[in-house]
Amino acid sequence: MTSLVTVEDLRVSFGPAEVVHGVSLSIEPGECVAIVGESGSGKSVTARTLLGLAGPGSAVQAGTFRVTGRDARAFTTGDWRRLRGRFAGLVLQDALVSLDPLRTVGAEIAEVLALHDVVPRARRADRVAELLDAVGVPEPRTRAGQYPHQLSGGLRQRALIASAIAADPQLIIADEPTTALDVTIQAQILRLLAERRAAGTALLLISHDLAVVAAIADRILVMKDGRIVEEGPAREVLAAPRHDYTRSLLAAVPSATSRATRPAPDLSVQALAGINLTRSYGSRRVVHDVSFALHKGETLGVVGESGSGKTTLARLALALLEPDQGHATLHREPWTQLRERERRPLRPRIQLISQSPLDSFDPRHTVGRLIAEPLRLPRAERFARVLDLLARVGLPPETAALSPRVLSGGQRQRVAIARALGPRPDVLVCDEPVSALDVSIQAQVLDLLADIQAEYGTAIVFISHDLAVVAAIADRVLVMKDGRVVEEGDVEEVFTRPRHPYTQALMAAVPRLELSTL
Amino acid sequence: MIKRLGTALAVLWAAATASYVALLLAPGDTIDILVGDGPDTPEIRTKIITEWGLDRPEFVQYLSYLWRLLHGDLGRSYQLQRGVGEILATQIGPTVQLTLAAAGTGVALAGIIAIVTAGRGRWLRGVTSAAELVSVSVPPFLIGIVLLSVFSFTLGWFPVSGAQGPRALVLPALALGLPVAGVLGQVLRGGLERALEQPFAVTARARGLTERALVARHALRHALIPALTLAGWFTGTLLGGAVITEVLFGRPGLGQVAMQAVTGRDMPVVMAVVLLSAVAYVTISTLLDLAYRVIDPRIRG
Repeated sequence: MTSLVTVEDLRVSFGPAEVVHGVSLSIEPGECVAIVGESGSGKSVTARTLLGLAGPGSAVQAGTFRVTGRDARAFTTGDWRRLRGRFAGLVLQDALVSLDPLRTVGAEIAEVLALHDVVPRARRADRVAELLDAVGVPEPRTRAGQYPHQLSGGLRQRALIASAIAADPQLIIADEPTTALDVTIQAQILRLLAERRAAGTALLLISHDLAVVAAIADRILVMKDGRIVEEGPAREVLAAPRHDYTRSLLAAVPSATSRATRPAPDLSVQALAGINLTRSYGSRRVVHDVSFALHKGETLGVVGESGSGKTTLARLALALLEPDQGHATLHREPWTQLRERERRPLRPRIQLISQSPLDSFDPRHTVGRLIAEPLRLPRAERFARVLDLLARVGLPPETAALSPRVLSGGQRQRVAIARALGPRPDVLVCDEPVSALDVSIQAQVLDLLADIQAEYGTAIVFISHDLAVVAAIADRVLVMKDGRVVEEGDVEEVFTRPRHPYTQALMAAVPRLELSTL
Repeated sequence: MIKRLGTALAVLWAAATASYVALLLAPGDTIDILVGDGPDTPEIRTKIITEWGLDRPEFVQYLSYLWRLLHGDLGRSYQLQRGVGEILATQIGPTVQLTLAAAGTGVALAGIIAIVTAGRGRWLRGVTSAAELVSVSVPPFLIGIVLLSVFSFTLGWFPVSGAQGPRALVLPALALGLPVAGVLGQVLRGGLERALEQPFAVTARARGLTERALVARHALRHALIPALTLAGWFTGTLLGGAVITEVLFGRPGLGQVAMQAVTGRDMPVVMAVVLLSAVAYVTISTLLDLAYRVIDPRIRG
């Protein structure tokens, strides 16, 4: 049987910059190959090059480049076009933007049917419904007439997959297909992809997350800086990684070990407490009767899926949003009940770190100015303090003169932490602080937060959808669903012996490196 | 929708009131204008004052003006001694023709420029960007003069003035439409290029769509959204530009009427033209809002 794709010494460059340096890989019919790497590793470009879609301004060279046995180096634009959709379908990260937001999902799927003349025009509507049904979309005929924004994240990802398999391709290329999804939905989509593979379709899975690919990949290729640094059967790569980078990727998957080294929280000093906090937007109750207490040096994890009310809870805790009922206290003193004028002098004591620091920075300011802004210090001392703060978060002093735009994601988050530390807060509210970061960078930022806590006794509210991250950093955890706390307690207790069915479902859905089965 | 209609009425009322206040503040005595070059005696003046109701308090005059407006009565021209409605009715045809032709020319040129040049090489883009910049920054009357001297005086392809037949419409429509094409072309191309970089464009290419089909079926709709926002601005440009263009090309129309009314302080006519522009503006922005909803399902709510 001929391989679906064989490439040797693949090189892709954009102008003078080569981003893929001599990659070789092959995909056999029906197998699942995974490429794992962090952002900028060249994994997406490699995958797209297999469809002739390396991107505008790209130059592709290869020693061998065969697609279904034919020499792809000699392909014309028309040759590529006939292969796309028919030979291989592409599934990207977020269907909200990967499907045309101005067209119905049915129209997007029907477009593939029309392009490759899969079924006669009169049968197309039926076929669209069959395809949606096959990927597990209920009421397929109604859904086909809806727009991506009207579907939930899981349903529209299914619709995107339906469009990728509409022309019955031999290969599905899935580039971070579950990264934008909640963990329970991620599990469903991975199951769906595994089903397609069981039905005989080969799968090229691109991910930054080893745990995601571990469940279904036959072979794993680890990419770093445009090169494949390790490849082999999935079990071997996961159980006995040979390359240091693979080992660091495996080690960087957050685990609870780092927690043991931190000093225990001081339960006699209460930093922040919420009492029966309730908040609605219009008639929709987003946070319902939530109470919590946070002590000096303690980390309270708040986990839940999108829409569970986590971010609203953070805003209530910061007194940026007025609760409808209940209140919050800071150091056992009134907090949300104060007037903003009375609250302002206390604001330095509680600071926010958000998911996307770039959005919370004025892009025209330098890093130094961003960090200096909340400091109430004479000009002369301010600069020294900025340098101190930069050093504290592990950034060189030169960073102060740079624009946040030229920094990497991890560096930006360090700047955000430095800025939050400036007013010497006792409470940090972190809303998904590492969700936008690569896994090895995540570990560094989590370590930094833990160090800061050990040094200053900062109390931390740590909001995340990622259970592994919360397990690594939190002492106690609140599990939120539909605005309510369904379970709370010691993090180890909750994660190892979840009592509420929802927590159990969450835990079951987390992709794991199943080393015990090897 | 009812809220929109209310807003539209409020805008029209504001336009009517603003032009009325402008009339009060305008230098010169209304009676002087009404007397004009005719015989000027105290008796005639008294007659004029009672005939036009100028002896009533200003607020009462304002209310009666609004009342007449509500009944579709735009008043009488001071200079021409005819109903303003009647004057506008005879002159509106050529102006509508000109603005529609100019808008059509602008949109068509912009569309062609954007589709042909989106995502193309630096050379082609540089040339069209320069052309767009020129068309936007040069005032329409200058474009008109250049067009006239080349195509009418030198080549003799098109008539120099008048409004007889479609040939007479070509040059004025170009003069008025080119700046629109320049701005709209840039916005459309920017929109197309942004749309072509979106993930959905990658997905569409991965289905086997040609670039042309990708533009036609997906990208163009996305590019139309920012372009629509500009369309409100075009209404103003076209109405303002029409005045100059009509005078330059010696075309009959509202532009000529407005010019004469302003120079002759014929306030009822000026006010009517202002109101008519406001009606056009309000109508077009309401239509645009509807168009947004048709194009973008996300704002249908």
